[in-house]
Amino acid sequence: MSRKQKKMLIRVLIAAVLLIALQFIPTDGALRLILYLIPYLVIGYDILLKALKGIKNCQVFDESFLMAVATIGAIALALHEQSGDYTEAVAVMLFYQIGELFQSYAVGKSRRNISDLMDIRPDYANVERDGRLEQVDPDEVEIGTVIVVQPGEKVPIDGIVLEGASSLNTSALTGESLPRDVKEGDEIISGCINMSGLLKIRTTKEFGESTVSKILDLVENASSRKSKSEEFIAKFARVYTPAVCYAALALAVLPPLVRMLGLGLPADWDNWIGRALTFLVISCPCALVISIPLSFFAGIGGASAAGVLVKGSNYMETLSKTKVVVFDKTGTLTRGVFEVNGIHHSELEDEKLLEYAALAESASSHPISKSIQKAYGKEIDRSRVTDIREISGGGVTAKVDGIEVAAGNDKLMKQLGIEYISCRSVGTIVHMAINGSYAGHIVISDVVKPHSREAVQALKAAGIRKTVMLTGDRRQVAEKVAADLGVDEVCSELLPADKVEKVEELIQKKSEKEKLAFVGDGINDAPVLSRADIGIAMGAMGSDAAIEAADVVLMDDDPLKIAKAIKISRKCLRIVYQNIVFAIGIKLLFLALGALGIANMWMAIFADVGVMIIAVLNAIRALFVKKL
Amino acid sequence: MKKTYKIDVDCANCANKMEEAAKKTPGVKDATVNFMALKMIVEFEEGQEAKSVMQEVRKNCKKVEDDCEIFL
Repeated sequence: MSRKQKKMLIRVLIAAVLLIALQFIPTDGALRLILYLIPYLVIGYDILLKALKGIKNCQVFDESFLMAVATIGAIALALHEQSGDYTEAVAVMLFYQIGELFQSYAVGKSRRNISDLMDIRPDYANVERDGRLEQVDPDEVEIGTVIVVQPGEKVPIDGIVLEGASSLNTSALTGESLPRDVKEGDEIISGCINMSGLLKIRTTKEFGESTVSKILDLVENASSRKSKSEEFIAKFARVYTPAVCYAALALAVLPPLVRMLGLGLPADWDNWIGRALTFLVISCPCALVISIPLSFFAGIGGASAAGVLVKGSNYMETLSKTKVVVFDKTGTLTRGVFEVNGIHHSELEDEKLLEYAALAESASSHPISKSIQKAYGKEIDRSRVTDIREISGGGVTAKVDGIEVAAGNDKLMKQLGIEYISCRSVGTIVHMAINGSYAGHIVISDVVKPHSREAVQALKAAGIRKTVMLTGDRRQVAEKVAADLGVDEVCSELLPADKVEKVEELIQKKSEKEKLAFVGDGINDAPVLSRADIGIAMGAMGSDAAIEAADVVLMDDDPLKIAKAIKISRKCLRIVYQNIVFAIGIKLLFLALGALGIANMWMAIFADVGVMIIAVLNAIRALFVKKL
Repeated sequence: MKKTYKIDVDCANCANKMEEAAKKTPGVKDATVNFMALKMIVEFEEGQEAKSVMQEVRKNCKKVEDDCEIFL
């Protein structure tokens, strides 16, 4: 609790004790009024002062002013009726202040909760100076400085590992507890926790440009982009308070006049003014105004703890309405790395065939050659290879240990006059011929991510109407992947510009209310990310381009997170709507009851404070997203 | 030009009022108050001196909500 809050708590306690004590002390007349004014002033003096200042600044519909009018009115009424019932006025002020205190406490608490969740801000960086480690402010570390990260410490700045190997805990960034191994020469990003070994890192960015700063900045500023719900509430609040005040005035004046002049009954002023004062107590739009941004804030905070960064409340809202999800294939549903996926019809041992292939391709830097060399996995002894000839658009021929080896596609085999066996597998086929005779082929293809199929199913289960996959890849490959994953529609052989067109076409085809999300890896699909209703970038750890271009950023590259992000946004929005309906509903109900004379001021203040407390507690629920 | 200022305010409705007041201040193109992060983001009109405009913004905010602060 802050000092302000503690002071308020003490005032609440004093006023409450005094008020209860006064119930047991029989007094009357002026003394009674004075005695009751003590707790009233203890709890409400600041409200009265604020009300006066409000009048001076022409802010008539200020909450303080309304509370002041309502309570002073109630005291005046009690005086006029000579009922001596001042408890009501004091209690209303007391409960109003309790409500404010609770609100301030709850908001402060959730602010802290969320910053705890995002507790990735490093406090210092270790720099070695004269053989001793010194802790310095990360802001002061220049690019190219060597920093030391000990086990248990956070990596403060992005960089490259110079020395040491370790496992990193990336859970604060990705929400996953799977450790990630780094060794010399690897890139390392800030915000991870070093778990096992000592690491020396050469920084490649300033602190302000490092991943951790970018993420914190993004999350903190996310709630500045207001959603439609928030704008609606702000507008509503602006109209609501004056409207209720005028209604109160009308309620105080019109019915008595009608009774007096129209019906010839006694005016009954006291009763109607009492009802009007009740109105004023309900006129504060606090519950609404606090609970909506709080829900979004909690939702965004909870999402970021799960490794899903939503860049604004407005995106949270759009994301929850997503009905069509469009994927980019490479890097999103597939790993985007080519791997040897099979060796067929081999005359030799698979290992041996791979060895020949790797050696023959050893001079090439083509991705396909690279993947063969990677699959071979051993050091390549270039001295075993001679007479390397690259046949452009075909492959290579070379002598390995003096044996003729040819590795390439159908065209190369035809050119060499070697009979080959066509492959039914999807991917790039490398045929092998050794000593002029066919020795089998190697299938190389992009690998589907382990969770891709599950992810598509999870989206279906979450009520996504249509899933579409876009790719620049060949049709045969695309259709195979789409069928494997259960994607509804597939568009293949697209150039980057075609993807934007395709997304536009899909946006036109769906109804206005349904939103379209595009999921990409942010590398070359920035235009598509911004064209879609909502752009989701994956695998953003360390990629500034992706963080820049997208509206929603998934910190790791697990496609299952897409469904999770949508579920989080739906939960958040559900809570927002609950709060709007609940708060407005209860207020209107009590306004009606107050007008009819059924609800008195006690009930009004409970309606006001109670609704606020429930709405705030409900809003905080948006923070909990683990089980979604 | 956009600038972010730290603010202190207790209630969400007051934050909305501050936003309104800031928006109406001459020299301010647009303003957003982020109650949860306690920040005010002000976009100034072309050729305006941020400092003097912010003095006015602060004055206007104080008018609508006595109990607020903008840290300039």
